Amino acid sequence: MGVTVENLTKTYGTQKAVDDISFHVETGEILGFLGPNGAGKTTTMKIITAFMAPTAGDIKVGGISIYDDEEAIKKKIGYLPESNPLYLDMPVLEYLEFAALIQKVPKEKVSKRIAEMVHLTGLNAEKHKKIGELSKGYKQRVGLAQALIHDPEILILDEPTTGLDPNQIVEIRNLIKEIGREKTIILSTHILPEVEETCDRILILNNGKIVANGTSQSLRDQASGNQTVRVQILDAEADNIVQTLQNMPRISSVDFISDEQNTFLISSNSEESIRRDIFNLCVKNNWFLSEMTPIETKLEDIFRELTMN
Amino acid sequence: MNTYLIIAKREVSSFFDSLTAYVLITVFLGLSGFFTWLYGSDIFFIGQASLQSFFSVAYWSLFFFIPALTMKSIAEEKKSGTLEMMLSKPVSDFQLVMGKFAANFELIFIALLFTLPYYITVSFLGPVDHGAVICGYLGMLLMSAALIGIGIFASSLTNNQIVAFLISLFIGLFFIIIFDVLAGDSAGWMAVLFSYLSISTHYESMARGVIDSRDIIYFLSLAGLSIFSATMVLSKRKIVE
Repeated sequence: MGVTVENLTKTYGTQKAVDDISFHVETGEILGFLGPNGAGKTTTMKIITAFMAPTAGDIKVGGISIYDDEEAIKKKIGYLPESNPLYLDMPVLEYLEFAALIQKVPKEKVSKRIAEMVHLTGLNAEKHKKIGELSKGYKQRVGLAQALIHDPEILILDEPTTGLDPNQIVEIRNLIKEIGREKTIILSTHILPEVEETCDRILILNNGKIVANGTSQSLRDQASGNQTVRVQILDAEADNIVQTLQNMPRISSVDFISDEQNTFLISSNSEESIRRDIFNLCVKNNWFLSEMTPIETKLEDIFRELTMN
Repeated sequence: MNTYLIIAKREVSSFFDSLTAYVLITVFLGLSGFFTWLYGSDIFFIGQASLQSFFSVAYWSLFFFIPALTMKSIAEEKKSGTLEMMLSKPVSDFQLVMGKFAANFELIFIALLFTLPYYITVSFLGPVDHGAVICGYLGMLLMSAALIGIGIFASSLTNNQIVAFLISLFIGLFFIIIFDVLAGDSAGWMAVLFSYLSISTHYESMARGVIDSRDIIYFLSLAGLSIFSATMVLSKRKIVE
């Protein structure tokens, strides 16, 4: 079941939190929401879950508009809010039962679903404790379990791994990936490697607008446009090499890396590969090419470039 | 099961888990018992086998206890964020408010059940007007419904429990005493209006054993209006300027 966001706008007073954004999430896709604080990620999620109404625009979940049947949409969505609010005075099992009943899970299936969720999220040892007594990681699991209890087709997770230790982060990520095989997931995060690892597609928001939308690979290609390679050439004078390289048509810049002998950062001025050119040049001049490494643009750099104003 | 009943059930069990229920019932029984049996114009002082003195004590004690009970109902959920989580589930604003209302009403109902021994004791002491007692209990339940409604409305306005408590006491004060005083101080249609608005007018006639549909309508509409207002306050987040 897909989610379509059409020209969504939300204003708080005079401030535009979300400014005319449109995107589509396919069934079975994991979409990562990236963006600095206050970019409009949480607001967009709150509107998709039908908690808030948009100022303008429409959202269709599985073809149903939020204006037509809010309740039908709410039943199809599992939501883990940012601060993971839970009823702390309830024991885990009681809380999951409550969540299941509220989500209209048929009575005869409730205990089976609870058992499945406890198993899936690894809560077995803690299931009789009160939620308030659990550590943050386990609370997060309870939050995930309540979001999944009614087997929703769409899962919306607002920063699901904040405050977890590295082991827990890996566990939760694997869990998300596993769930994401059959469900549509929208997740927001600040942790860039997390997006690269878990998400099929990335959407970067800044000041309420979409500034990038694509797979991490396509974002890299878009952002850099040109290729950068790190090259070490021996058996020649550095000045001579630089001059020869700069005369080549497809090379835009050559930089020294000062602390290493005859090592350069070479950038192309197009998307074409310059590695073959460099190799041929070395062969022609009888230079010894001892290193040639393509340098990938990091997602961090793309993120900074797109969101620093 | 109805969604609002699921919410109410959770709410009631949280009352009993958190000791709120026990404290409330104990203090309510202690206070009303003290004034009914031991102090001031108590039953022995009046010397009649009637629950009149209990009903007038309950009038004041419910006025204080109900705001203390209802203050957390929505305010706390707003503060902790569980309200957002609940309303992202297939729960309408009205169902949430109704769930809270039903839970608070159930607890007050239980507290009033524990006062039945008063009735039994009095009926051993002399001939009791059973109709008047039943009518008085009905009056207490109806008044509680109105006060719970007001309390939940106050709780929906803020995310601070103390503020919610004070707002609901303040609104309650108008219905419990201020309208009554104004009715005494004014004349003509003003007096009639204020007298109609005052809870004491309606409660006292029921506590005396008179059932009048106007009194029932009054309490139910006060409760209904409060529930409606609380729902509107919650739905405000969906208003598009």
